[in-house]
Amino acid sequence: MSDIVIKAEGLSKAYTITHQRKPGTVTMREALSHRAKNALSRLRTQQWLSHDTDEQFWALKDVGFEIRRGERVGIVGRNGAGKSTLLKILSRITNPTGGRAEITGRVASLLEVGTGFHPELTGRENIFLNGAILGMSRTEIKNKFDEIVAFAEVEQFLDTPVKKYSSGMYVRLAFAVAAHLESEILIVDEVLAVGDASFQQKCLGKMQDVSTQSDRTILFVSHNVTAIQTLCNKGILLTKGGIQTMGDIGSVVNEYFSNSHHCSMRNEWDLDTAPGNDAIRVKKVEVLPESNASIIDVTTPLRIVTDFLICQDGVTINAMSMVLKNTKGDCIFGTFTECGFTQGLNKAGVQIPGNLLNDDTYTIDFYYATGTTIVYLHQDCVVFQVNDIPRKASMALNKWAGAVRPTLQWDCISGTDGS
Amino acid sequence: MINQRKLVIEPDHAEKNYWKDLWLFRELFYILSRRDITARYKQTVLGFVWALIRPLLTMIVFTIVFGKLAKLPTEGTAPYAILVFAAMLPWQFFAASLSEASNSLIGNAQLITKVYFPRLIIPTSSVITCCVDFLISLAILIPVMMYYRFAPTVNIFALPVFLLMAFAAALGMGLYIGSLNVKYRDFRHVVPFMVQFGLYVSPVGFSSAIIPEQYRLLYNLNPLVAVIDGFRWAIIGQGLSMYWPGFFLSLGVISLFLYLGIKKFRSMEKSFADMI
Repeated sequence: MSDIVIKAEGLSKAYTITHQRKPGTVTMREALSHRAKNALSRLRTQQWLSHDTDEQFWALKDVGFEIRRGERVGIVGRNGAGKSTLLKILSRITNPTGGRAEITGRVASLLEVGTGFHPELTGRENIFLNGAILGMSRTEIKNKFDEIVAFAEVEQFLDTPVKKYSSGMYVRLAFAVAAHLESEILIVDEVLAVGDASFQQKCLGKMQDVSTQSDRTILFVSHNVTAIQTLCNKGILLTKGGIQTMGDIGSVVNEYFSNSHHCSMRNEWDLDTAPGNDAIRVKKVEVLPESNASIIDVTTPLRIVTDFLICQDGVTINAMSMVLKNTKGDCIFGTFTECGFTQGLNKAGVQIPGNLLNDDTYTIDFYYATGTTIVYLHQDCVVFQVNDIPRKASMALNKWAGAVRPTLQWDCISGTDGS
Repeated sequence: MINQRKLVIEPDHAEKNYWKDLWLFRELFYILSRRDITARYKQTVLGFVWALIRPLLTMIVFTIVFGKLAKLPTEGTAPYAILVFAAMLPWQFFAASLSEASNSLIGNAQLITKVYFPRLIIPTSSVITCCVDFLISLAILIPVMMYYRFAPTVNIFALPVFLLMAFAAALGMGLYIGSLNVKYRDFRHVVPFMVQFGLYVSPVGFSSAIIPEQYRLLYNLNPLVAVIDGFRWAIIGQGLSMYWPGFFLSLGVISLFLYLGIKKFRSMEKSFADMI
């Protein structure tokens, strides 16, 4: 069992929000006049002017965890959950209000791309400047100089002032310097979402190299959940300043998703509250992943079942269709069957094979019909989430495009004579 | 080789590592100041020549206005120009250092909120940048003395001591005001005023010998008085005596300022990233 490199206990960070004054800078005049008012009011009422306009906002409350050497930890959470605050505390940029953290080893933090870049200096000068600011010694930078320039692809423009660079070049150079940091612990905060698609791919590829090669411990915050799932093996889910869950990355990510989307994979009703009309009452609709898997991903085959009661005399259902939609309302596909259903309790089920659906949140509409007449339309009867799967090291990590993601048959013929 | 350095992060931890960190990050002193100097002269035609022009011009103006027109007396046998120049050197160094150090933290807000290194490096490197300007100006002294056929005495070797005093005074005050400036932006306006005021209160255009004897010690509460007197004593030498009681008083005042400055800085340092 490898040793613990980061140990946090009860870390908390509070910010005071003032509602009366302008946020941010305070002028001495305001501070002095507030004191004067305080003094006067004290003389009059024997009470200090109340500070009810000050609010204590806890960005982090009681966060504790242990990270071992070599672990790659992804920190996920909604915006404002406290991820960046946690990283800032671990990087010693801001001080915790309470709690304690112990770190063993050198820490390199990448909280922003291009920190310290000076627009008037050339690319070459900025490499040395940025590298030194990030904690690399001069000799280290000299040794890695060629690698950095090659990664950034700015060889031609090394001696032009950085203010003349395009935004893409700027970001490539900045990332190139940071990507070559050597330290036992690396903290990265959402910096990979920069540049164009090919650059993002390059960055993510480099991060993968960095994470798999050495024994480095990595703390990684990103909104690109696919990247996190591929790069990290452990996860921490932060919600409103506290840890909601911690552990294996797959389950942490799944919980993150089920937080953000309200899923109901199984809906059951009593007869009096059941959805429907005089002719039909739906008792239950359920999404059943194959072999009862707890997490549905793009490879999981699904079975959607509906139990319904035909309660009116003379009504028969001879066709049913199911429409799959995403939460935006786009129709992904529709499918139908011509089965006969009679009075009493009926069951219908439809199989969706694995490796068809893309990662997204879906809802289902069921149409119950006789001939071309729709007897009942049951809209949005279930909501379920399909998750992405970790990808191979060579593949790009952006969201897979398309409404569906089928695995199709390919046939390839490699180089022949051409005769 | 795995680095086994252990670090503890706590709300009020005194950070025994701080001074070790300053040594670890020592290259940053040089790098930040080099950044400022290089950036200053980019895209200029004259480049660093500008560093020479300013003290030269000020000296010429002062000589004409105060020496020839107002006919303020010189001290000893030195020409008025050298008297003024000997005072201009430390004064301009101090004034520039104080202004730069006070604004350095705010000017580097981006670094403070995104990267860790001991923040003391920021104002210190801005004073180092002003040191470089000082050394360039010092170089002008040589042709000026040659012009007046004025040779320095052995006192000149004491110059580094007075330079160090000026450095410490500027750093001490710069740290104090700079830290306050992060929270209360008023101080940005206070410093230019202090500098203006100081120029007339300090013996730059005149010699401190004109101060009546009974107030001489009190006058030395202004730390720059001993520094300027010291510079004059070191550069001019003959016919000039150093007011030693004042020197020791100023030394005390400067040490106090430096101590208070560092103390204030260290106490406010932890919340810079939140307030800036």
